[in-house]
Amino acid sequence: MGLETKPLSTLHDKASYDVADFPVPTGREEEWRFTPLSRLKGLHTGAAASGGVAVQVDAAPEAVVETVGRDDQRLGRAYVPADRVSAQAYAAFEKAVVVTVPREAVASKPTVITVTGTGEGAAYGHTLVKLEPMAEAVVVLEHQGSAVYADNVEFVVGEGATLKVVSLQDWADDAVHVSHHHALLGKDATFRSFVVTLGGDLVRLSPSVSYEGPGGDADLTGLYFVDAGQHLEHRLLVDHSTPNCRSNVVYKGALQGEDAHAVWIGDVIIRVEAEGTDTYELNRNLLLTDGARADSVPNLEILTGEVAGAGHASASGRLDDEHIFYLQARGIPFEDARRLVIRGFFAQLLEKIELDELRERVFAKVEAELEK
Amino acid sequence: MSDSSRVRPGSTLEIRDLQVAVEDKEILRGVNLTVRAGETHAIMGPNGSGKSTLAYAIAGHPKYTVTGGQVLLDGADLLDMSVDERARAGLFLAMQYPVEVPGVSVSNFLRSAVTSVRGEAPKLREFAKDLKAGMDALSIDAAFAQRNLNEGFSGGEKKRHEILQLELLKPKIAVLDETDSGLDVDALRVVSEGINRFRSSGETGVLLITHYTRILRYVKPDFVHVFAGGRIVEQGGPELADKLEAEGYESYTKATA
Ligand SMILES: Nc1ncnc2c1ncn2[C@@H]1O[C@H](COP(=O)(O)OP(=O)(O)OP(=O)(O)O)[C@@H](O)[C@H]1O
Ligand SMILES: [Mg+2]
Repeated sequence: MGLETKPLSTLHDKASYDVADFPVPTGREEEWRFTPLSRLKGLHTGAAASGGVAVQVDAAPEAVVETVGRDDQRLGRAYVPADRVSAQAYAAFEKAVVVTVPREAVASKPTVITVTGTGEGAAYGHTLVKLEPMAEAVVVLEHQGSAVYADNVEFVVGEGATLKVVSLQDWADDAVHVSHHHALLGKDATFRSFVVTLGGDLVRLSPSVSYEGPGGDADLTGLYFVDAGQHLEHRLLVDHSTPNCRSNVVYKGALQGEDAHAVWIGDVIIRVEAEGTDTYELNRNLLLTDGARADSVPNLEILTGEVAGAGHASASGRLDDEHIFYLQARGIPFEDARRLVIRGFFAQLLEKIELDELRERVFAKVEAELEK
Repeated sequence: MSDSSRVRPGSTLEIRDLQVAVEDKEILRGVNLTVRAGETHAIMGPNGSGKSTLAYAIAGHPKYTVTGGQVLLDGADLLDMSVDERARAGLFLAMQYPVEVPGVSVSNFLRSAVTSVRGEAPKLREFAKDLKAGMDALSIDAAFAQRNLNEGFSGGEKKRHEILQLELLKPKIAVLDETDSGLDVDALRVVSEGINRFRSSGETGVLLITHYTRILRYVKPDFVHVFAGGRIVEQGGPELADKLEAEGYESYTKATA
């Protein structure tokens, strides 16, 4: 399996609310080495906020939605920024959206938070989604338009609660988005994250999960389609620090065109205390043309001898000629055969989106990417 | 050469002096064979003699390089066509090892294939009916329609599924590469019946590649060809198959070695 024996600190070494605790990245740091810093448009060097996004919330009637100031005591409790841009976002956001789903409430429809870039310069944001014990909800984060945007999203999933999140990065071609999604799972909580990243010049999204009690169950799924010139980066971190929790990470992407660049980092830590952990992570990249590049780095650090299961896999490759041949041999023209096989590559992931309307929409967007 | 005195409806596949290489290795060394509508030709030969190479080369698999010769379907050169054009022209290849295609369901695949071959999408209800009937006839469980193409199918299930495609796509000429291998007796009978339904019109031709005479008891060939060292080394009627069964290929492999 090729276990990494690096010290823990390289996976998750720093956390601070203070931007000054993080030096400006140079690109040589492990956590920044894949990211083209010059295209961050100053998000890592403290670009001033000029309010370049509009945030809109369409909430389930069972959910309580508030827009709060920086001093709201509930913010920043689940997550402490882990890098420079995240700390910058935390230091610079003006208003935060807080969505609360009360104890035992079952949201009757998805809560949709739409972030629309207005093309007016840098913006910083903060979102907190809190499910009280035994609550159930679906939250959709939609990102669109032209923006230079950094934000932190906290998901606090209470005991026995179930939160399903879909985050759609459907930005305009010139957008830059650096985002942290952190989920803190209570005892027996269930968290489902589905990330779809299609648009933007540079998107760097870091979903992470930690557990407060046993029985937490996190499923992180991602789908991306990288076109010429795009840099789409996903950095996963699952930190198992309590016994008997589960995590499953599956990210799949397709790349086409010159300088299409995908980065996937999958860090999983199983700490000494986390006996009975069951974890698996997978990343697959489909390189559809020359000139596209996928970097895929799974890191699994196991510090206890008592795991229920731990594995990772990563593979990047081209479309399989034998698949295409088989379909063509049945009369299906090359382009259609290619589309069927690529759709097949994503099919099992797409089925995980339980909302029909949303699944169809994501499906249509993937289809549209294929037509390009 | 065409014999205009016995014009029959249906098609003709003509393989003329076909030479094929794989990765610069010469495999087929001049294959000549004509399959007319209504005829069933069996090709038998030892492992590695080039039978699958012949099948794949006719179908246009990119790994096989044609270095000489022609393959004509009703006079049109298949070698000038892409893989899918050949299939739409009426050629079908049942593969020795059908590939698994993740995420593509059988029903979706079949509908796409039928649409491509017919040039228009079949009416959904009709298609569903045809599919059901085809699956029933081959004792394929209806649940297979929702499964991913060949994924996790047993060897026999894959072969049955190849014949299902044959019956749905209704080609002019079918090349069946060891469709019988890996089948138990019941499956062999079911699959043979499928092939017989396909050829019952008398307007289709079959090129059946096999190692065993077993299938030839169900699917009676008109001609038997012995394949060795990349070419046809002997031809005859059905009795030749019995001779091969009794004596093996030794005399032929020695001759070509
Ligand atoms: N892709 C390939 N790369 C290298 N050699 C190949 C390839 N395909 C076929 N060959 C070689 O070509 C020769 C003929 O192979 P082929 O599969 O056509 O034989 P066959 O008659 O179908 O055998 P079998 O009865 O085992 O199915 C063999 O020596 C085989 O190793
Ligand atoms: Mg073979």
